[in-house]
Amino acid sequence: MFADTVPAFAPGDRVRVVDLGKPGHVRTPFYVREKTGAIEEYCGTFDNPEERGYGRVGLNPIPLYRVRFRQFDLWPDYDGSERDELVLEIYEHWLAAA
Amino acid sequence: MADTNQHPHPHEHGPHPTREDDDLELTAAEAKFLAFKSLLMEKGVVTPAEIQARMAVNQKSGYHHAARMIAKAWTDPAYKARLMDDAKAAAIELGIEVTEAKLVALENTPERHNLVVCTLCSCYPRSLLGEPPAWYVSKAYRSRAVREPRKVLREFGLDFPDSVEIMVHDSNADLRYVVVPMQPEGSEAMTEGELAGLVTRDCVVGAALPTEPNRAPA
Repeated sequence: MFADTVPAFAPGDRVRVVDLGKPGHVRTPFYVREKTGAIEEYCGTFDNPEERGYGRVGLNPIPLYRVRFRQFDLWPDYDGSERDELVLEIYEHWLAAA
Repeated sequence: MADTNQHPHPHEHGPHPTREDDDLELTAAEAKFLAFKSLLMEKGVVTPAEIQARMAVNQKSGYHHAARMIAKAWTDPAYKARLMDDAKAAAIELGIEVTEAKLVALENTPERHNLVVCTLCSCYPRSLLGEPPAWYVSKAYRSRAVREPRKVLREFGLDFPDSVEIMVHDSNADLRYVVVPMQPEGSEAMTEGELAGLVTRDCVVGAALPTEPNRAPA
């Protein structure tokens, strides 16, 4: 395994989704940018869709995680239980330790 | 009565819509897609027969594949453990052709209900469920399922108390998800094949619960 494909985060780690402001075929929805959650699961490495979407696959595959958020951390006026959560997939370069 | 299709005026209204009941102008992206598809066919890069063959592949699988997996998980704890560990391997084990990179099983429990959405487009476990329904790809569902899931679930007829956590899964990247519902009460004596008949497509997305056998249509 390449040194740079060792996952930087482990389940339970607190992470913030950074806003790279990158246009085009990115898979990080706006509603989670700058929000803080926790790593649910490491999913392995995948080709970067931000490259693959334009016919480029030159880079090493990048780590992908499922990241868990409290709904109230995403939407302050959320209508539901304090326990409600949302999980989605975030590539490592969009994550910072929190 | 006169044939209403024979209108006396010259045929001056715009081009006929590309889909029935679709009277909207093409968006730039739709126009680009249709132009690109025409070019590929004119240049002989793809043939209409190849496009039809690919569409047939997409339509070949239906939700009965996922229903088989769920019914087996209900009756075989060892299979259920394998399904929860690696849903893709568990599908292949039943002879299902899986085209997705990775499948993740999400178990409903008395404390948690799972709901799947793809906010960015229409990612969906097509190998197990076939083509997604129109509501799944609608902008309304894609935006509301993450923002107000309990309200959306109530519109599907599911009203959960606050003691049940609603966990929404945005299928936004490389993984695809399969909700494993709880086995309905009263179905303990049913065979695996009969149990599979209780699992509908919407159950596997989290928008429905399996029908109790005493309420199932005859």
